[in-house]
Amino acid sequence: MANLDDLYREIILDHYRSPRNRGELAPPAHRTEGFNPLCGDEIVLYALVENGVLLDIKLTGHGCSISQSSSSLMSAAVKGKSLDDVRETIATFKALMTTPEHTPGDDEQAVSDANLRRLGELAALAGVVKFPVRIKCATLAWNTLAQALDEIDA
Amino acid sequence: MRFDPKLVRGDVPLLNRVINGRPITYLDSGASSLTPRPVIEAMDRYYQHHHANVHRGVYQTANEATAIYEGAREATARFLNAPGGSPEIVFTKNATESFNLLARSWGATFLGPGDVVLVSEMEHHANIVPWFQLRETHGVEVRFIPVGDDFRLDLSRVEEAMAGVKLVSVTAMSNVLGTINPVRALADLAHAHGALIAIDGAQSVAHLRTDLVDLDVDFLAFSAHKMLGPTGLGVFWAREELLRAMPPFLGGGGMIKDVSTDGFTPATGPSKFEAGTPPIAQAAGFAAALRYLDGLGMDNVAAHEHDLTVDALTRLATTFDGRVRVIGPDNGVERGGVISLDVEGVHPHDVAQVLDQFGVCVRPGHHCAKPLMKRFGLAATARASFGPYSLTSDTDVLLEALTHAVEMFA
Repeated sequence: MANLDDLYREIILDHYRSPRNRGELAPPAHRTEGFNPLCGDEIVLYALVENGVLLDIKLTGHGCSISQSSSSLMSAAVKGKSLDDVRETIATFKALMTTPEHTPGDDEQAVSDANLRRLGELAALAGVVKFPVRIKCATLAWNTLAQALDEIDA
Repeated sequence: MRFDPKLVRGDVPLLNRVINGRPITYLDSGASSLTPRPVIEAMDRYYQHHHANVHRGVYQTANEATAIYEGAREATARFLNAPGGSPEIVFTKNATESFNLLARSWGATFLGPGDVVLVSEMEHHANIVPWFQLRETHGVEVRFIPVGDDFRLDLSRVEEAMAGVKLVSVTAMSNVLGTINPVRALADLAHAHGALIAIDGAQSVAHLRTDLVDLDVDFLAFSAHKMLGPTGLGVFWAREELLRAMPPFLGGGGMIKDVSTDGFTPATGPSKFEAGTPPIAQAAGFAAALRYLDGLGMDNVAAHEHDLTVDALTRLATTFDGRVRVIGPDNGVERGGVISLDVEGVHPHDVAQVLDQFGVCVRPGHHCAKPLMKRFGLAATARASFGPYSLTSDTDVLLEALTHAVEMFA
């Protein structure tokens, strides 16, 4: 049985109550909107990229604790990183959100532990996969960031 | 005489479920009601003993299936006190399809540029989108009756708003607010201006007595699954003379009088709108649901749910020190058993998630009423709603779980 504490870790509640990197950035920062039509969650993401580095990121919007804390945790994790690192973090996080629920073997466990370590505080969101309808909440900000990077590249 | 809701509860197998280690507390009847055993058994009986396609059959079970299906039509007419009886009852897929039938058949035939359909800000999308679609294809105007800060229709300027109106189409009971609208007064208003009136009865028919002669409306749409019946069956009722003037909506078998290589002649009566094999098993179940509700008495159902609502609103107002706000009319006015909650600092999806841990089923979201949500500056609410099988002990668990949610996010 999925436990509520798996979903609402203290770190998540903390980021929900006091979101990091909240606000807007003026141009030339890139602005991208993300939308979850199912539950009405909305985020607006501002990304300032220079010389292949995500110099600054800010977010506004509204939504549930999972979508808002995921935005906040993401912003703290990717700010100041190279775009290659940012893309890798996005891929690692999205893999975390698609891991089917099963008992992993020893090798798999080692890999997933390494991944979780790399994710740092983001690993607090790992419990979301046990609540499949909430995965969309957790990935909203990440999909929006991926879209923003694609638009900046284009 | 009032029924014993504990006996109703005993008739609903799903209420034996245990969710997350707790007995289920089902507070989502506004979305779909639970099914009592006699309804399940009626559908079971049809499949085990009478299953055949309806109409035109000569063999015995085909005749039985036809009798079951047409019997459900008669039972529906009686339940609603339809002035023209069963020829006015059209079976559809759900209330949404009934509204689409109204817009595509009656609307597309009788409305054009300059004609106005007057809906309200508290409508379900089912009573908004088909009219916007008709605006695109036929140039009609869609106008909205505003909703006041008291969560009721603001009818102060409705006389001016009637210019050009050919159809008033409003809900009898809001699926978000619980507000009960003055249907008879709106019918009189529409008729005084030479307009017709359609009613969304998805909530009201399930929870209040409906008498079409008293209400004096022209069209009514509702769904079986919100009134103890099965999914997959809706009702469209219209006055017989209106039905006669309306062209068919969907084409195919069952809706024709004649077909040749030159063309077709539509059937007369409700069959004209029932192309293809209809939901026969569902009709059998629906007739059983109507019998069940008749046994309880719709006035008793309404009174029972009213008591539950008054109790829940009173306790919600005193338990949370203002942190839980009800988006809907206050206690003391006539309203239905739909309670939309806005919990300070807690998103409705988180509210519903925490409640689920206690086995409590409530619905988070915009409830297919986005214009209404926008009117009150909300993205979503968490909605609890009662049925005939609900008890005050359901409210006890709701309050216990809500207390947990409030503390968790404090």
